[in-house]
Amino acid sequence: MAENLKPSSGYAPVIGLEIHVQLKTKSKMFCDSPNNPDETAPNKNICEICTGQPGTLPVANREAVRLAVIVGQALNCRIEEYSKFDRKNYFYPDLPKGYQISQYDRPIAQNGYLDIEVPGENGGSASKRIRIRRAHLEEDAGKNIHPEGADYSLVDFNRAGTPLLEIVTEPDIASAKEAKIFLQELRNIIRYIGAGSADMEKGTMRLEPNISVRKPGQLELPAYKVEVKNINSFRFAESAIEYEIARQAEILKEGGMPKQVTMGWNEKAGQTMEQREKEEANDYRYFPEPDLPILHFSKEYLEEALASIPELPAQKRARFKREYGLPDADIRNLTEWKELTEFFEEAISELDELAGKALPLKFAKMAANWCLQDFSALLNAAKINPLESKVTPHNFAELIKLIEQSKISATAGKQVLAKMFELGGEPSRIMEDLGLAQVSDAAVIEQAINKVVSENAKAVADYKAGLQKSFGFLVGMAMKELKGKGNPQVVNDLLKKKLE
Amino acid sequence: MDASFSEISELHEKLKNKEISSVELTEYFLQRIKKHNPQINAYLTVTEDAALEEAKEADKIIARRGKISVFTGIPFGIKDLFCTKGIRTTASSKILENYVPPFDATSVQKMRAENAIILGKTNLDEFAHGSSTETSAFGESKNPWDTSRIPGGSSGGSAAAVAAGLAPLALATETGGSIRQPSSLCGVSGWKPTYGRVSRYGVISMTSSNDSIGAIGRSVRDLALTAEVMSGRDEKDATTGNREVPQYSANLRTNLKGMKIGVPAEYFIDGMEDDVKKRVLDAIEELRKLGAEIIDVSLPLTKYGSLVYAIVTPSEISSNLSRFDGIRYGHQAKDARDLAEIYSKTRAQGFGDEAKRRIMTGTYALSAGYYEAYYLKAQKVRRLLVDEFNNVFEKVDCLVCASSPNVAPKIGAAKDNPLFGYIADQLNIPAAMAGLPALSVPCGFGAARDGADGGASSSVAGVQMPVGLQIIGPQWGEQKIFDAGHAYQTVTDWHKKMPPDFVPASPLPGKRK
Ligand SMILES: [Zn+2]
Repeated sequence: MAENLKPSSGYAPVIGLEIHVQLKTKSKMFCDSPNNPDETAPNKNICEICTGQPGTLPVANREAVRLAVIVGQALNCRIEEYSKFDRKNYFYPDLPKGYQISQYDRPIAQNGYLDIEVPGENGGSASKRIRIRRAHLEEDAGKNIHPEGADYSLVDFNRAGTPLLEIVTEPDIASAKEAKIFLQELRNIIRYIGAGSADMEKGTMRLEPNISVRKPGQLELPAYKVEVKNINSFRFAESAIEYEIARQAEILKEGGMPKQVTMGWNEKAGQTMEQREKEEANDYRYFPEPDLPILHFSKEYLEEALASIPELPAQKRARFKREYGLPDADIRNLTEWKELTEFFEEAISELDELAGKALPLKFAKMAANWCLQDFSALLNAAKINPLESKVTPHNFAELIKLIEQSKISATAGKQVLAKMFELGGEPSRIMEDLGLAQVSDAAVIEQAINKVVSENAKAVADYKAGLQKSFGFLVGMAMKELKGKGNPQVVNDLLKKKLE
Repeated sequence: MDASFSEISELHEKLKNKEISSVELTEYFLQRIKKHNPQINAYLTVTEDAALEEAKEADKIIARRGKISVFTGIPFGIKDLFCTKGIRTTASSKILENYVPPFDATSVQKMRAENAIILGKTNLDEFAHGSSTETSAFGESKNPWDTSRIPGGSSGGSAAAVAAGLAPLALATETGGSIRQPSSLCGVSGWKPTYGRVSRYGVISMTSSNDSIGAIGRSVRDLALTAEVMSGRDEKDATTGNREVPQYSANLRTNLKGMKIGVPAEYFIDGMEDDVKKRVLDAIEELRKLGAEIIDVSLPLTKYGSLVYAIVTPSEISSNLSRFDGIRYGHQAKDARDLAEIYSKTRAQGFGDEAKRRIMTGTYALSAGYYEAYYLKAQKVRRLLVDEFNNVFEKVDCLVCASSPNVAPKIGAAKDNPLFGYIADQLNIPAAMAGLPALSVPCGFGAARDGADGGASSSVAGVQMPVGLQIIGPQWGEQKIFDAGHAYQTVTDWHKKMPPDFVPASPLPGKRK
């Protein structure tokens, strides 16, 4: 953080976010064309409606409306009884009708908030409320393509008419870090609800922060704000906001006033650059969309929507802490990945059954560790999510149980998990096949220890003379005798007893 | 009666009884179009080959099935504002001169499903902006009763085609009189439905909030039959109502006992031609004789209708015409150097003056700072108009008045007289803005005038032009207006009159009784 932005400097960033989330529906916002963000062939998912043929009419996608309502409710917004669509008029080749169907003065959701956990004093964390001004539905535009060296441009309408939820916060965010935490929390909520993939890299979640900086002692909002575009990852978001804060603070420090402009983040240069946009005030000539009736949400509809909201990340975090006593960092890491959390919870319920009684906390802790470490590593390497892997929660739970019961060592457990990941199957079978079962039988271990003690008289003498190192050597020899399958704890205990 | 001026139900009987085939009937109309269209420019596009193919199919169906739809094998025309799959659709604009839609409008699809035969596409004012067809980029249509006169508009091509016996029926649209007024001027019957009764899908939008899709035909019975096909909820048009479609034609009344018919004082206005007023009063007398109770009513907000229209219409038009940008279809300027020029030149070259005027007016009315004063206020007044109609329809079943304050003026005359449209608007626009159903039925003839000033200019000796009676119903009250219109046509024969120059010398060939 730049020197002049230390809280003590008095220059205080004021940040509001505009976030576009592409909703995951089967078809587009106002027609039956598939809504598929992964389609790579241009103009494949189009029809007469989303290419703006004369005489075609929009019909609102019920599922998109429902998802918007639910996200609004999850963000603690007020959902009014009536909502309507409006036309936003402007010309651009990727906008087939010459207007975008959006929502102007009656958005689906208004006046909500999202509480996020921000770093507090003394390394702890504190809750901070970010107010949500509104969330409204609109249709996306297509994409203009400019072939290199060509004297023409092309338009791909696959994305035209896909449903977007635009979420606008109040300027309650005070740092790049807070912005990032907010975005991650929002992303998780969207994913938990199943409203979208909210993937910034893929463009299914897009961010436009509005940034300004207060001078020391200034209480009112700054008279300007700078909008930053072209941010397509969490990392860029953080860098771009930090850069902008520093740039503006510098101008203010020198007695200047930053211009109200739109900037674009240039990742290569590591800086924001003013976008060459015509800065004439755009008049979009909004008016109510006459082709679409007013939306009416009955009390029953809203109650049903509310009831369909699954457990959200914050609730899940609290429950994991309460029920499993997991460390905060583990909880956060787990819940960040929706599918992994689901996998974990399924594995836990399997463990419950396997254990046949209330789950020992130890199981949960172990399962979480294995999920976050070895399993995550395998998943990341294969670029798949847990639900796509061959490891079932049932088999995973069994593996955890084998380890916990010392039937297999942790090291061997890793080999078994890798095999399960590669081929699927039950861990006990794989353990047998690989000959990895751990020996805990005291008689067998004692036999090996006796052999080692009798064959290594010098080391035994050294240990008895106080050389601690020799104990480790003797353990190693015993493990070798046991072909590495000895339960280390039992080997340790028995050897110590033997040498007393 | 000859086929050219027969009603659909009559033609259907002949088809069903194998007196004629659909191919013969279609060929007959195609020949008449070839012969007479140059006189009146009613059709912009004639789909001869496809029509004959469809007629062959229809004949097979007639041969195969005992029971056929009343429209099977019946030729008809379509206003060139309806998208027709594979058939050029121009909206009478240069900007769509070569546009061929990849889909059918819902109403076209419904007529095709009945195996009706598309003869071609009829002329209109460019994008339906006008009431004379004079704003068409492809020349105005002419009134079959006197080809030096306008047929009215915007559905002037459809009205002229039916009036001249070049189609027994033509699909048409209305935003503020575009079915009623040309029907009146051409002496044919026209139906403007309740807003939301017929799907707008695939009909090029003018004013989305009151565009109505209807038809022009030779009788009210034909229109009732057509309404049964065209009406109903369409999943592709969210503004269509989810109401049952009654069998309008089966229930048509021949007497009007118990029906209360209102005569609104505000609709009998200064500037109306004397003959028009007389014919309409005569018609009201006929309705009374049929058993209806005639009641004087008042609609004091009538005068505000045109003001509301003057704001809402261009506002929505300015947005609805934005898609004509030269990017995906239609005309694109050849000499544009950058994106801004593609837009400005394409639209400057492609749109006619009236479209440009409305785009500019509407853009202004929707601009920041003016929206509240104009568009928003107009919509509030519109609500009051609706309420006023609702109140009066608690007392009466329908309202009657003239469809047009004048008979058809000379081509070009309307342009010089700003009042021409204004007075006509008084009669047509309030009901349109309120989304009400209405009919225009022929009710006699009046002396033609030289100008379009309604009475001020002298009448032309000997030339008699049609007058139309307008019947306005409450929302979803189609049955009531069809009843009144049909009963009227059972005791009058104005709707059977034929313009002399278009009466066929030789009747339809084929097996005759
Ligand atoms: Zn589509």
